[in-house]
Amino acid sequence: MSAGAFPGTFVAAALIARKDLAIEFRTRSAFLAALVFSMLAIVIFYFAWDPTAVTAGDLAPGVLWVIFTFSGLLGLHRSFGVEQADRAIDGLIASPIAREAIFLGKALANLAFVLGVQAVAIPAVAMFYNLPIVRVLGPLVMITVLASIGLVAIGTLFSAMTSNTRLAELLLPVLALPFFVPIVLPAAQVTARLLAGRPAMEAISWLRILIAFDIVFVVACALAFPFTLED
Amino acid sequence: MTPTRAGSAPPERSPATPFESRGGVDWLLIVAVLTVIATFVRAIAFTPVEALQGAAQKIFYIHAPSAFVGLYLGFGLVGIAGALYLWLRDERLDRVAVSSVEVGVVYTTVVLITGPLWGKPIWGTWWTWDARLTLTLLLWFVYVGYLILRGAIEDPSLRARYCAVLGILGALLVPFIHLSVYLFRTLHPMPIVLKPGAPSLPPEMLTTFLLAIGAFTLLYFALVRARYRLAVMLESLEDDPIAESPSVRTLRAEPVR
Repeated sequence: MSAGAFPGTFVAAALIARKDLAIEFRTRSAFLAALVFSMLAIVIFYFAWDPTAVTAGDLAPGVLWVIFTFSGLLGLHRSFGVEQADRAIDGLIASPIAREAIFLGKALANLAFVLGVQAVAIPAVAMFYNLPIVRVLGPLVMITVLASIGLVAIGTLFSAMTSNTRLAELLLPVLALPFFVPIVLPAAQVTARLLAGRPAMEAISWLRILIAFDIVFVVACALAFPFTLED
Repeated sequence: MTPTRAGSAPPERSPATPFESRGGVDWLLIVAVLTVIATFVRAIAFTPVEALQGAAQKIFYIHAPSAFVGLYLGFGLVGIAGALYLWLRDERLDRVAVSSVEVGVVYTTVVLITGPLWGKPIWGTWWTWDARLTLTLLLWFVYVGYLILRGAIEDPSLRARYCAVLGILGALLVPFIHLSVYLFRTLHPMPIVLKPGAPSLPPEMLTTFLLAIGAFTLLYFALVRARYRLAVMLESLEDDPIAESPSVRTLRAEPVR
């Protein structure tokens, strides 16, 4: 392979990520939809519980991570949805880049999307539910990034698989949610402990599960992705 | 007037293996069912009653073997068949995978039903969001998702490829279950057989338990084989050379593939 003639994997991934984000930011419609959805969900969750029976602080970690999951699914669905128009995916496949680069690029764009939504949703939850997040902001950001990496890896792969089936919008959550639970469960547990002021070391086992999950599934999804594209 | 076969030869049949049917009675299935029944008889009549839990403990001889076989063996087989399919592209592996998933769904359903039946008298609750129960439920959902994905794709090779990928990822999820029980001391009984150190069951119970595992494994393979044969029959219906020939499809005003 002559160096310099074709872009290497990471350069190609960055190009694809930039393309996807450029498409998204032209209209910002999916991003805004996910943001508005998050805000609405925060409000509805608050009214769904009896505030005299459950304090807002107890509710907040669950609300935060449920919103994370569903707004993430909104963005993930769009990821390969854009390639359906005029069979744009064929152009990507035909280009001289590694297929893993397509996966990485899409995943990076999705990561930016999900983190962008969380950057607004987390402060919103903190405001509406009166949470002391400022002193635990560092660990909270770290757990959000770790959880987003896992979510995006699984979601990008499943988005590729479901985008050309009949039941695409329903099938993506059905397939992906069981795999999201080992991400959301540790994240919610750690968040609850952080917000309750518990020492960070208590949450270390949960963190280990999340990191192990991320490593295993990012690699597995990247390796499996070429098989979801046509030969 | 009779529709011609348009030059299509009968579909290539892979050489017969012990999996394929040669007609006649399915002896393996009959033997497997009898073995399972024999194990139940032994568990109920010839195995000591556990001191603390009483007769309710005996559901362990259905629950735990179904879990081992349905989750570990089942997902293991699905994962391996999926990986081999992606490598070899042999349709038989795809059939093995879907058969394994369908039987696995049944076994996991048995686990999820027998568990609460035991839990109500012993724990006082039908369900708890304990790590192992939760993740078993999730694996059940992965199995079901596999079947839904299968139903949503019509092209056989695309379907086989996508399901192989899902099967491999589902199989990777299984170790997270086993690990979770060690990391988090929970309400669920800790593993007493597959753990570091020797199994801590008394000998008669251990024998019954191992017999139960053997019986359920035998039944598993018998059911997978029966389902595999059904898959072969279903596929031969799909490839019906007359109904699917170009001339007949034109008469039905369908696009010719």
